[in-house]
Amino acid sequence: MNDVAIRAEGLSKEYLVGHRQRYQTLRESIVKLITSPKHLRRPRRKATRDQDDRMWAVKDATFEIKAGEVIGVVGRNGAGKSTLLKLLSRITDPTEGSADIYGRVGSLLEVGTGFHNELTGRENVLLNGAILGMKRFEIQKQFDNIVAFAEVERFIDMPVKHYSSGMYLRLAFAVAAHLEPDTLLVDEVLAVGDMAFQKRCLGKMNDVAKQGRTVLFVSHNMGAVRALCERGLVIDRGQIVHQGPIGESIARYYQLTDTTSTHGSALPATGSTRFGTVKLEGRESSTVDQSESMEVSVDLRIADEISGLTLLCLLVDMQQRTVFHLREDSSSFASRKSWKGVHTIRLTVPPMWLEPGMYSLYFKALLQGQTTSGRHVSDSLNIDISGSASGWGAVLTPRATWEIRETGE
Amino acid sequence: MSYGRIEVVTGHDEAEAELSLEVGSASANGVGRSPHHVHIEPPRGWISLGLRDLWEYRELAYFLVWRDIKVRYKQTALGAAWAVIQPFFTMVVFSLFFGRLAKIPSDGIPYPVFSYAGLLPWTFFSNALTQSSDSLVSSANLIRKVFFPRLVIPIASVLAGVVDFALAFLMLLFLLGYYRIAPTAHVIWLIPFFALAMTTALGVGLWLAALNVKFRDVRYVVPFIAQIWMFITPIAYPSSLLHEPWKTLYGLNPMAGVVEGFRWALLGSHTTPGSMIFASAGASAAILIGGIFYFRRMEKTFADTV
Repeated sequence: MNDVAIRAEGLSKEYLVGHRQRYQTLRESIVKLITSPKHLRRPRRKATRDQDDRMWAVKDATFEIKAGEVIGVVGRNGAGKSTLLKLLSRITDPTEGSADIYGRVGSLLEVGTGFHNELTGRENVLLNGAILGMKRFEIQKQFDNIVAFAEVERFIDMPVKHYSSGMYLRLAFAVAAHLEPDTLLVDEVLAVGDMAFQKRCLGKMNDVAKQGRTVLFVSHNMGAVRALCERGLVIDRGQIVHQGPIGESIARYYQLTDTTSTHGSALPATGSTRFGTVKLEGRESSTVDQSESMEVSVDLRIADEISGLTLLCLLVDMQQRTVFHLREDSSSFASRKSWKGVHTIRLTVPPMWLEPGMYSLYFKALLQGQTTSGRHVSDSLNIDISGSASGWGAVLTPRATWEIRETGE
Repeated sequence: MSYGRIEVVTGHDEAEAELSLEVGSASANGVGRSPHHVHIEPPRGWISLGLRDLWEYRELAYFLVWRDIKVRYKQTALGAAWAVIQPFFTMVVFSLFFGRLAKIPSDGIPYPVFSYAGLLPWTFFSNALTQSSDSLVSSANLIRKVFFPRLVIPIASVLAGVVDFALAFLMLLFLLGYYRIAPTAHVIWLIPFFALAMTTALGVGLWLAALNVKFRDVRYVVPFIAQIWMFITPIAYPSSLLHEPWKTLYGLNPMAGVVEGFRWALLGSHTTPGSMIFASAGASAAILIGGIFYFRRMEKTFADTV
């Protein structure tokens, strides 16, 4: 398959910051109309004089996607990923540039768009299918599959307002999953539901990808992106900063997040007391096998005299759950005269048998002193845990020893 | 190409597909053989009506109408009865106060039938107007997340009122029987008159719906418009109070033509509307065409502003 599915040339979208969120009132408009009547004829975006009001949500996106490719679109929050999908799915028009899309496009920017609480499951499947662009005969053909996938057979004639949130999501995803376009644009739909549901969704996405459809998949879940996609597009501040094999793209994504992500209060709050970069000792990459121990280190400069400090180290998973929260008080370290100066903190973590996936680790320091007291938080280090997954959304997958012995009649 | 911001080129238009490629993008390697091709570019120039897109999405319109009707009848205790209660009780009040007390003339027709024949299209019109002007804002989540021709939404909300109209029409038949009025052969004209009411409601609805996205004030203006419009439409009084040329001029209010047309077709009132209807049809067409163009022009900003 060498056909092009999507070709974008300098695709750009500009938003007016501020104006975008606000509704104009009639009075303002009338006043504007009287003071400068040319507003009548010109589109709004040209009417602003101020360059500062503008923001390029997507700037100069040029890329080509072949039919059958599965592409992961990654980038930080607000980087322009969703806007790119909105442009490609024609929800909003570009400001500049163009794109050509060959084949039928199905876009899935949200699960359950257009679901109505008063309608039954059956009615919502029909309605939602139509909204997503399925023809009536297609919906009817797929109806039983959809209901079976969602596991809501018994409740299909009940209004969805009586559904549990899990059932609701399953049904909504099931409709979308049975779309059969040539190209599927998916935005972060896997970010909903419990782990088991996310696994199912991923499995379904995998099937879709294997059927030879073109998929553009936006996600923050690097585990999912890695599993599904062959190639990646990395977007930062509206621009495509990298396109290539998915491994490279993920690495590039982490470079972006490493330099800028912070947790809690920002660093330079008190003078120049601050953390350095958190490093994984003795490794080239950020990948650690679930069976290995790891050593992390960070520099901490303390600018003022303090009486003591408490160090914390936290590991957080992709669902923002805290995996561990380690705490050590300065009194347990060798006593010293002064804490002023630069210290290197080293922490050795034993093998944890974590479920493979992305985790982030960061340090906190709580300083006690007369002149300075406060909380300092380091940048976070992303750790990619490799190994074998349980497949059931567990947090840990330790290698346990099983034994079964007959102990009676 | 000159008119389109977005072009859907289907299989039988291969020639056009190539044309839009040449204009749209520089590199031409690997032209897709897929029957569907969409070209996306910034909106420029004048806007097409986009009727082909609209036809592609006719099933969505059908489902939206179906949803509106289902939901309305599920959520209300009296359900379908409201479609009859609303015009019926208005008719009762009108008959008491305007017919009995104020002794407003009714072209020799029993006042209750006279006013109900006017209220029937009016109720449809005012509901369709209210629903369609609010339709875009209340479908904001759809507009932000799914692509389809936005015209589908207000059209569906106007069409959803047809069922209510049909129910209210049954009440009219009952009234005609009660007063022993036999409809004339003109009754066939009800269809174009009803179409006139629909195009007027849609035309005004399109303007208001598009304006509502940008100016939320519209929500407060609509009930006011509906109220004033009712008084300038000959529902409680006959347009025969006016003499030519004022009567034809009065027809510039399309609903005046619709209401008088309904009376003429149903009750055989001696006031043949004639030139008044032409004025109404012209005014309605102007509102609708203007509305579609305004709507299409504003459409590109809906997803960003709604």
